[in-house]
Amino acid sequence: MFDYETLRVIWWALIGVLLIGFAIMDGFDFGVAALLRILGRDEHERIVLLETIEPTWEGNQVWFILGGGAVFAAWPLLYAASFSGLYVAMFVLLVAFIIRPVGFNFREKVDNPRWRAVWDTCLIASGVIVMLVCGVAFGNLLLGLPFHYDGDLRMTWDGSFFQLFRPFALLTGLVSLSMLLAHGASWAAMKADHVIAERAARVSRIASAVYIVLFVLAGIWLAYGIPGYAVSGPVVTDAMSNPMNKQVAVGGTWFAGYLTHPYFWAGPVIAFVGALGLQLFVGKRGFLGFFCSCLAVAGTILSAGFALFPFLMPSASDPTSSLTVWDASSSRGTLLIMLGVTVVFIPLILLYTGWVYRVMRGRVTLEHVRKSHSLY
Amino acid sequence: MIVDPDVVGLSRLQFALTALYHFLFVPLTLGLAFMLAIMESVYVMTRREVWKRMTQFWGVLFGINFAMGVATGVTMEFQFGTNWAYYSHYVGDIFGAPLAIEGMMAFFLEGTLVGLFFFGWDRISPLKHMLVTWFLALATSLSALWILIANAWMQNPVGAAFNPQTMRMEVTSFKEVIFNPVAQSKFVHTVSAGYTMGAMFVLSISAWYLLRGRNVDFAKRSMTVAASFGLAASLSVVVLGDESGYTVSENQKMKMAAIEAMWETEPAPASFTLFGLPDTKARETHAAIRVPWVMGLIGTRSIDQPIPGIAALVDDAKLRIADGIKAYDAMLVLRENKGDEQAKAILAAHDKDMGYALLLKRFMDDPRKATPADIQRAADSTIPNVPVLFWSFRIMVACGMYFIFLFAYAFWRSSQRRLEGRGFLKMALWSLPLPWVAAELGWIVAEYGRQPWAIEGVLPTALGASSLTAGQVWISLGGFVLFYTALAFVDGYLMLKFARKGPDGLGMWPKRPDAIPVTAQTV
Repeated sequence: MFDYETLRVIWWALIGVLLIGFAIMDGFDFGVAALLRILGRDEHERIVLLETIEPTWEGNQVWFILGGGAVFAAWPLLYAASFSGLYVAMFVLLVAFIIRPVGFNFREKVDNPRWRAVWDTCLIASGVIVMLVCGVAFGNLLLGLPFHYDGDLRMTWDGSFFQLFRPFALLTGLVSLSMLLAHGASWAAMKADHVIAERAARVSRIASAVYIVLFVLAGIWLAYGIPGYAVSGPVVTDAMSNPMNKQVAVGGTWFAGYLTHPYFWAGPVIAFVGALGLQLFVGKRGFLGFFCSCLAVAGTILSAGFALFPFLMPSASDPTSSLTVWDASSSRGTLLIMLGVTVVFIPLILLYTGWVYRVMRGRVTLEHVRKSHSLY
Repeated sequence: MIVDPDVVGLSRLQFALTALYHFLFVPLTLGLAFMLAIMESVYVMTRREVWKRMTQFWGVLFGINFAMGVATGVTMEFQFGTNWAYYSHYVGDIFGAPLAIEGMMAFFLEGTLVGLFFFGWDRISPLKHMLVTWFLALATSLSALWILIANAWMQNPVGAAFNPQTMRMEVTSFKEVIFNPVAQSKFVHTVSAGYTMGAMFVLSISAWYLLRGRNVDFAKRSMTVAASFGLAASLSVVVLGDESGYTVSENQKMKMAAIEAMWETEPAPASFTLFGLPDTKARETHAAIRVPWVMGLIGTRSIDQPIPGIAALVDDAKLRIADGIKAYDAMLVLRENKGDEQAKAILAAHDKDMGYALLLKRFMDDPRKATPADIQRAADSTIPNVPVLFWSFRIMVACGMYFIFLFAYAFWRSSQRRLEGRGFLKMALWSLPLPWVAAELGWIVAEYGRQPWAIEGVLPTALGASSLTAGQVWISLGGFVLFYTALAFVDGYLMLKFARKGPDGLGMWPKRPDAIPVTAQTV
């Protein structure tokens, strides 16, 4: 029923879904954590902010874990090459992720301002680091990464950690940072006590304005300053996964796909609509403001994913070694089985996640926190 | 290309340390989650406040431990990619799937519900909250199931075949991967070990309260739950551990022989070495005390099948290496010319042994150039560390037997309503570390005993490592050691603090008539 080519496209889309799920769900946790001491002026306000995310952040982080697992299962070459190649960056990212569960859980277990300040610093740092690193990683994907394969398909990395901090990648890092700060603040504007919510709405408007400027800048830079990759020669979409069987030309534009598939423009359009809508609706009643920041996040990731398609991880040092949708996947059997599992479980996940959010609905007020705070 | 041996060694050390560390928290999560569900069920059925307070108090300790388990688990999901990239490429087609399914089927449920366990007490009905706790407990065990299906495939790689075009193993039967007999015995053994640990945790801390004369009602009830749950769990951990031993002897004969320090094949039924000093140089076991027949019965469940010794298995490995070289040669031919029918036939005949040819890759680039001396060296490298396995196994089993005894005794005392005896309470208190000793040693037997293989018979560990520099791995290893040590102190501090405070110190029990839920300040 599903041929290999279709399955590969589906799995490319599913990884996109997981990535967007991660960025939306975990993204506002990171944003709120990073703004903890900016939005929360005293201990009670900080507890309010934390309590808007504490009941659900754990489930949100599973989007990240599942993203890792799904890439491993569906795109093992991508999993192996990106994680080992970006070794030191991955280690930094891991530390940022490890500190969060303990940070959330341990922070309020000791009633001592210094203890709490230490954990606040950890949570703020982990938020900022993850937002930046993920953005820098996307920039580096568009720039191409330094790696090649040998005949055994063993990958060798030809670069170093510090080479990842190229100007364009730093810019995309800031795009990600401003986007998720705006997103986190729009969550706080919806969920936190009105005193904090007003502050959060202001921060969200500023951050999203910065985001729009940076996103446009990155787009212009990408169009005029950064060579795109393209598979040259015949494109075989259902061959066995071996990246060494193709030719790649560098020097075109990453916007080539946008020209041949006009609907790709939906990505940036959604991002702009979201960011502009955020300006209008954040801090107002209802969830429209938060919905808009979700759109901005989703649109941004779609824009980058569409630009890269069919590339997953282009190689700058040996373009033939680039990983694409057509040569880095699992076998057809694995993709098919995993698709079956996904079709059953993702709707279930959305269902019970929705239920938990419904149970925890409503603003967390300062009055509630002053009166009682669940021992977590 | 030969991977830098330092990178392999350091990556192995890092994996072992982070896995052993992660495994300090996981079994306790498994066990405590079920005990919480049991306690809360009693609350929902009887509506007696003490059972709710028990669930909440043990829940606080569960939460601290759970956070550590989640935090250190992140490392595990990503470490295959960072440090074992060639492994991930070579077997990702099979190995990645159970990890992803674990995320979708189990960890998502666990992660989503755990917040509701803590924050949902006043927001959902007691019955719904109890269901949340039950689903949380089931999800933790379901999570273990999928991780162990992945792990079992490393021990017994079924349902997959090598594909020379993609240079990796690919799934041939997903059903075989899921219904791997090793996975089933490992799963029941591991979760039972977790339940035993959870029971011991509650038993020991409750014993401490009774020794201090604090929280008496609370502690006695907790001990009753722990004793019955612990007895069932410890019985199943030993019985199903035996099942695990049987499946090992089926497919990992070398591991079995190393655990037994059985250098030469014994006439059936083999004896069990109760004590001995394995000497790896001389390849014999000094001062051995042997119990006749027992090993043959455990390992083969018969009295007439021999269990092969290490020497025989090394000879066997030599033959398989020679066969594997033929497969390796055919694989290289096929890589150049997909249609070569002769090479296809050779590969099909020998691909079960290709992993053995890869053992040579630790010593040379091209296994086809191996001399008989090289083959001997590679065959010798299939022997795991015998003394470590021999002793780890014995201490683990001794712990298991002791748990049965302790929980049976506790069960008997609790049924007699005689939990107060100081001797018994001290014994229960001081037994607290033993489940961790047993669990960590169990991991060592299973995984260190798998060496030199990452995937038994398919991929040598040395080949699975990423092409990193030793410096990079030093950075991450040093970082993990520092970071994890700091976390261990914080975790230990909080665990002790809250265990010491106890339900009375936290204002949970006896419940004050004017009690408001615990505030951050009173904590």
